[in-house]
Amino acid sequence: MKILGIESSSMVASVALVTEGITMAEYTVNFKKTHSQTLLPMIDEVMRMLEFELSEVDAIAVSGGPGSFTGLRIGSATAKGLGLALDKPLIHVPTLDAMAYGLFGVTSLVCPMMDARRNQVYTGLYRCENHLEVLMPSCSADIGELAELLNERGEPVIFLGDGVPVHQAFLCEHLKVSCQFAPVHLNRQRAAAVAALGTILLKEGKTETAMEHRPNYLKKAQAERELEEAKRQGKVKELAAGHSVGTGEKESAYQAGGQRMAEQGVRR
Amino acid sequence: MKEKDVLILAIESSCDETAAAVVRNGREVLSNVIASQIALHTQFGGVVPEIASRKHIEQINQVIAGALCEADVTLSDITAIGVTYGPGLVGALLVGVAEAKAIAYAAKKPLIGVHHIEGHVAANFITSYPGKLSSSGILTSVRPELEPPFVCLIVSGGHTHLVIVKDYGEFEIIGRTRDDAAGEAFDKVARAVGLGYPGGPKVDRAAREGDPHAIEFPRAKVEGAPYDFSFSGLKSAVLNYINRAKMTGETIDVPDLAASFQNAVVEALVSRAILAAGEYGYDKLAIAGGVASNSALRAAMAKACEENHFQFYYPEPVLCTDNAAMIGAAAYFEYQKGARHGWDLNAVPNLKLGER
Repeated sequence: MKILGIESSSMVASVALVTEGITMAEYTVNFKKTHSQTLLPMIDEVMRMLEFELSEVDAIAVSGGPGSFTGLRIGSATAKGLGLALDKPLIHVPTLDAMAYGLFGVTSLVCPMMDARRNQVYTGLYRCENHLEVLMPSCSADIGELAELLNERGEPVIFLGDGVPVHQAFLCEHLKVSCQFAPVHLNRQRAAAVAALGTILLKEGKTETAMEHRPNYLKKAQAERELEEAKRQGKVKELAAGHSVGTGEKESAYQAGGQRMAEQGVRR
Repeated sequence: MKEKDVLILAIESSCDETAAAVVRNGREVLSNVIASQIALHTQFGGVVPEIASRKHIEQINQVIAGALCEADVTLSDITAIGVTYGPGLVGALLVGVAEAKAIAYAAKKPLIGVHHIEGHVAANFITSYPGKLSSSGILTSVRPELEPPFVCLIVSGGHTHLVIVKDYGEFEIIGRTRDDAAGEAFDKVARAVGLGYPGGPKVDRAAREGDPHAIEFPRAKVEGAPYDFSFSGLKSAVLNYINRAKMTGETIDVPDLAASFQNAVVEALVSRAILAAGEYGYDKLAIAGGVASNSALRAAMAKACEENHFQFYYPEPVLCTDNAAMIGAAAYFEYQKGARHGWDLNAVPNLKLGER
């Protein structure tokens, strides 16, 4: 089984080729350059390095979200284009599942989290001592809620993801359970984990066609939320005429929270 | 399929249409599939970039497969992949660019990035467009072949340019709008009188019932720049007219207002295009872009060209709005010149005309 893994849900761009039992190559870049410019050249580099024909892959595993909307779409469109041209299936690997799988073998709870701004994180809760067990599937949560939930569970937990630098101080202050933060070589998304988890999903028959595949953003677009609000207020015509109806979100509360966090950051 | 035929699979996703097409030798459209999102964006009063991008990713493979199927070819018959890489909405462009690059890479085909507006101009190179199937077979529309040099008036929601097309893919911009694009003015006026989005076709339709001389709106000229346009003054005059009518309680005759506004825009566009062709000594004039499907503009241009003994070229209406066939036509002429893009091709939302 030869699986190409693609990961572009955050600042990290990563591609990997995983065959039965071996990560043949993994190429990960965590730099500002846009994935649009880096992703395909990285795949090309890996293929040339391995003298490997892309048409020999059995499937393309793609980190399917949540994450940066644009980042997800670049990975998704790349996978869909490869799948279309090569007539190969795609494997939708939930981003946070693959992140958790990267910490296989740890005994504590695994909590990957991606910064979703305004004190929100994309997160999930996993146990992966022997195999990946999903305790709480991917969701968008307030960091305070997440801390509360972890306190209720009362188990040691290890965090990873780009939400860590944003919320580490807050977590250290509010968590009553012992917590760890993954070391630098394990603390971000990696395409090898996407491909490895993809291999398991492929064996379970959990594939989709390149046509079917689309990212799972977890969040509706701002305009969709506005449309829902307009429907609630009976202001659908106003929205269509170009007037904002608001989303009823507590913007000020989020902002206040953000400020509080920033102050804490400075104090520490 | 002849041995040396060049078949371009083209992809376009710069705004709110997901489109793919197969074009033979730059002039013959074999298929042109467009998945429009207009109905979706109408409820928001305009194009919402994030929603457009999401829709593109959901539809793009179906649209591409549809284009190959309708053209009765497979990817292996295709010579090269063309894709719009700017200007446009960055998130929307990225879907088409990433998809096109992946297909070109996996299928080992050359990749050609195309400027969206150059695509609109290239719609004029298309001579053969497959029509609807009828009892007497497929009615294919055939147009005269246009070759550079010629003067082209490019009018769309984001652009108003007067250019000399010196050669395929070689442009000299001689006039441009100083403020709003013509299509933008259409959208704003349509919104102000409650016609809604998309403004161009709605104003066009309403204007057919109206008197183009009912209201005298100002025609702006740009001092010292005879080929430049300005539409913000006209737009303000229309909005002021509407506000005044609302305050005094007068009812607005929407068809009259639409026709009068449209007439002012068309006059500004046609007069400069005719002036440019005469002054620069070209006898061929073409129009391109979304507003080029406006019936009043087409009629006025045809009449003015006839009076001045210019040959007038205009694309099929379906090739005026965003589509991939025009991208395929532009990509063909780029391909012939040896243009190829690398796997690092990026979306360039503010790509300038003539920039490579």
